[in-house]
Amino acid sequence: MQLEKKPCLTGVGLTKTFGMGRTKTVAVDHVDFTFYEGEIVSIVGESGSGKTTLAKLLLGLINETEGSVEFLGKKRDISSGKKKQEYWKSIQAIFQDPFSSYNIFNKIDAVLLDCIHMRGGKNLPQAKKVELMIEACKFVNLKFEELTNKYPFELSGGQMQRLMIARIFLLKPKILIADEPTSMIDACSRATILDYLIQLRNEIGMTLIFITHDIGLAYYVSDTVYIMERGKIVERGSADDVILRPRAAYTKRLISDVPKIYEEWDLSTV
Amino acid sequence: MGKVMLEVRDLTTKYITRFREDVYAVDHVSLKVEEGKSLGIAGESGCGKSTLALSLMGYYFPPLYYTSGDIIIDGRNISGMNPDDVRRSILGTEIAYIPQAAMNALNPTQKVIHFVEDVIQAHNPKATKKEIYELASERFHLLGLPPEVLQKYPVELSGGMKQRTVIAVSVILGPKVLIADEPSSALDVTSQKMVIKMLRDLMESGLIKSMIFITHELPLLYNVTDHIMVMYAGQIVEHGAASEAVFDPLHPYSKGLMGSIIVPEAGLREHKLTAVPGVPPNLKKPPSGCRFAERCKYVRPECRGAAVNIREGGVGRTYRCILTESELREVYKNAA
Amino acid sequence: MNNTLRQIFRSGKFVTGFAIFVAILLGTLIYPLIITDAPLTIIGQGTFFPPGIYVSVYDSLGSTRYTLDLGEANFNRIASRLSEEDRIAIKEWLVAAGIPEADIDTADTQKLLTQWEENFDAKKSIPGMTNAKRNYYVRLDKSIDGLLSAEGAILAQANAETGALEQTGTVEQSDFVNVQQVANVRFLPLGTDNFGRDMLTELVAATRVSLIIGFVAGIIATLIGLTLGLLAGYIGGPVDDGIMFITNLFTVIPSFVLLILISFSIGQEQRGAFTVAVVIGFTSWVWTARAVRAQVISLRNRDHVNLSKLSGHSTVHIILTDILPYIASYVVMALILQISSGILAEAGLSILGLGPKTTDVPTLGLMMNWARIYQADIQGRWWAYLPVLVTIAMVTFSMNLMNTGLDQVFNPALRD
Repeated sequence: MQLEKKPCLTGVGLTKTFGMGRTKTVAVDHVDFTFYEGEIVSIVGESGSGKTTLAKLLLGLINETEGSVEFLGKKRDISSGKKKQEYWKSIQAIFQDPFSSYNIFNKIDAVLLDCIHMRGGKNLPQAKKVELMIEACKFVNLKFEELTNKYPFELSGGQMQRLMIARIFLLKPKILIADEPTSMIDACSRATILDYLIQLRNEIGMTLIFITHDIGLAYYVSDTVYIMERGKIVERGSADDVILRPRAAYTKRLISDVPKIYEEWDLSTV
Repeated sequence: MGKVMLEVRDLTTKYITRFREDVYAVDHVSLKVEEGKSLGIAGESGCGKSTLALSLMGYYFPPLYYTSGDIIIDGRNISGMNPDDVRRSILGTEIAYIPQAAMNALNPTQKVIHFVEDVIQAHNPKATKKEIYELASERFHLLGLPPEVLQKYPVELSGGMKQRTVIAVSVILGPKVLIADEPSSALDVTSQKMVIKMLRDLMESGLIKSMIFITHELPLLYNVTDHIMVMYAGQIVEHGAASEAVFDPLHPYSKGLMGSIIVPEAGLREHKLTAVPGVPPNLKKPPSGCRFAERCKYVRPECRGAAVNIREGGVGRTYRCILTESELREVYKNAA
Repeated sequence: MNNTLRQIFRSGKFVTGFAIFVAILLGTLIYPLIITDAPLTIIGQGTFFPPGIYVSVYDSLGSTRYTLDLGEANFNRIASRLSEEDRIAIKEWLVAAGIPEADIDTADTQKLLTQWEENFDAKKSIPGMTNAKRNYYVRLDKSIDGLLSAEGAILAQANAETGALEQTGTVEQSDFVNVQQVANVRFLPLGTDNFGRDMLTELVAATRVSLIIGFVAGIIATLIGLTLGLLAGYIGGPVDDGIMFITNLFTVIPSFVLLILISFSIGQEQRGAFTVAVVIGFTSWVWTARAVRAQVISLRNRDHVNLSKLSGHSTVHIILTDILPYIASYVVMALILQISSGILAEAGLSILGLGPKTTDVPTLGLMMNWARIYQADIQGRWWAYLPVLVTIAMVTFSMNLMNTGLDQVFNPALRD
């Protein structure tokens, strides 16, 4: 796809355990990965596979138990609040449930203004800020005039998720982690969200990391697919290789368990 | 043509909100399910498909109210029946209903066999425990569930197993119609497949005479049911054989819905994922003309006039649009 | 916000609770404007005067007299003087004299006296009656005659020079004065307490002091609990462990025992109402802290908090804008409960004699304490403790009602 693939996020032996003693659970178990600049990667796994924990590790929202993450060729340093804030200028996220992603006490303007301030636009004149917000809303086909002074819960799920994308448009991060961005919204609006995400990737050239349980969705959007099972990565490769020619037994099972429409869905293998 | 197991004519039911507003969530719905056949109902959340499931049982409790129409099960009209009578003489024997989170409805302090006893003794108080146990273990075996499950508590079972147990218990009396409302959407894909297989086995073994399967996931409907009905804003907008509805939809809304299918198959990459922009209308004040007009790509001024009736298109197909089948195909061809 | 307020005031429970509470509050604020007496002034020489209107006898003698001929006046007078024992004695005699017991009603003075007049005969010998008993009946008959006589009372004054009594006037049985014209009349709706203080004035002052103690204690407890709960829940790790260690320590020591020990060690002289409030506040924050912590932990991992972090907000900013507003309704409910339990704690302490020092201000608990020490309950002086009990009950009931109402608004699962 790209002539020269530059790694942008690399993980070595990344591990996260919760609890200790008898209640100890390994959510992410010695995971290695390399995500390249500008590519769309999917991390696929069922609930409990540790994919959301991995996303939080990548975001630096929780600290790893073992292993390390390299960001743009250098070891990631998020030891202090200041460094974390610096890191988050380059890596952003969209979460699964748009209804719980917003602070219900803040107006939509505040959400977008935060992004402008984070990009160092604190001292811009008010008119310029509004212009930026209008531009961002226009990108996801929302009208800022209709949103200003409204609260997020007055929007539909699809609109809220589009507003999330507008937020990313303003922040222009290097990496975007989208954690099941379409699983809580209707199938009809799903394509819109996916289209905007891909369009945004093309526009600002970021790496898009898709966390999903839907292997079909991963196949549709991504260049590279990682399959996770109980905290471990069991298969990785290009989307075509992983989905059409799976090697790991788990991947095969996952694919065979999803209903098909073009081919016969074999129900005898349960 | 097989015997008609369930026929619904012009069924309308409404919710009355706290502010005394009427919401017609099921608006003049007619459908027919023959013996040995299954019908799928698809639609976005809020389109009225779950309300339809509740309405079909004839079991109404506030804020849901029956307004008009007939529900005929195997020749017997149950519309307007008293809810207590419905519970005693319809549920279980005529109609079985499996809601989405059915598995969480099991009382955790009772063994599975207790639920079976409850169901059977409600209709046949003379049945002995031994007879019940024998019948239950035979049915469980038939449905691929180990009979040991009967002696377990719900917490000892996994989510998928619990859901299958609930289904097995609800069909133990051999109902004429099984209504399954999203029976697998809370499960992981492997358990989902087991539930789907179980539903197919139930149909094949003749333990249930017919089935109505409700879900928003079209690939599932395609694999389970013979016919698919698409609901939008409380109305049926398309009805046809499963393969026609998925690969050759007529109504612009079903076309959009089918365009949003995602499956991990080679065919997916050729298939352009499409979206239906916008949100469904508010059912407190539905638009006067076509309810889909606001979101339709091919909308014409005349769509917003009078209410649009359902029309025939091909054998056993109906759809709700002002355009004829050939006009629609012409429109789609030009758009492509 | 406005919408929430509207919903709150649509909740029947909240409105009822709020109305009771506001009524009590207004009562404590308006009453002192009308009755300006200091609440702890001792006005009565004696204990537990029953509720009623007190008319100065001296002043009524000097007031204009009116003559009213009231038929039942005699009987009312006798009725009020004829003691229960005398009535029973009369009944005994009448029964012995052969009147059927069913015909005698000791409550009906008029009938009883008529029967007595008709049947009493001092010479009649009743078997088994001692001489002493017979003499008692003769005396009783005489005193009844005295009561029935129509003679007035003579007013006399000592002559300043000779010291001899000189008649200055008479008071007829049919003489009346108009209470409006008597110079000194005092209405004591709840009588007086053991010290002879006006119960109602004292009760109003006590309610106000108790409410203040409740508010101060509740606010202190809520502030401590909120701060510790927020820190423990949001920061987690060793901070959480440390705070929870302290909280658990306080949980296992019964807070009331702790309260008693602290109050005792402070000593009677140092215990003002405010000190007691502070002590109560410092011992009752535990449950608020635990509850807030639990709420914060569930909020901490919510996406909007994560998003706020990703937007580069500081921890303080996140706690104030992303956590606090979400638990505000809960904290308000906890505060209301803390206030009502603060009032109860004060009452409990004071009953044990560990309340605020008794010479400053009355509190509801102190009033209960006094009533208990002076055995109001045993003597049947209901006005010394019942109104206090009802006030405590109404204050806590109204607050709990408000709390339940709020709970129903904020917790949709409880809506009916």
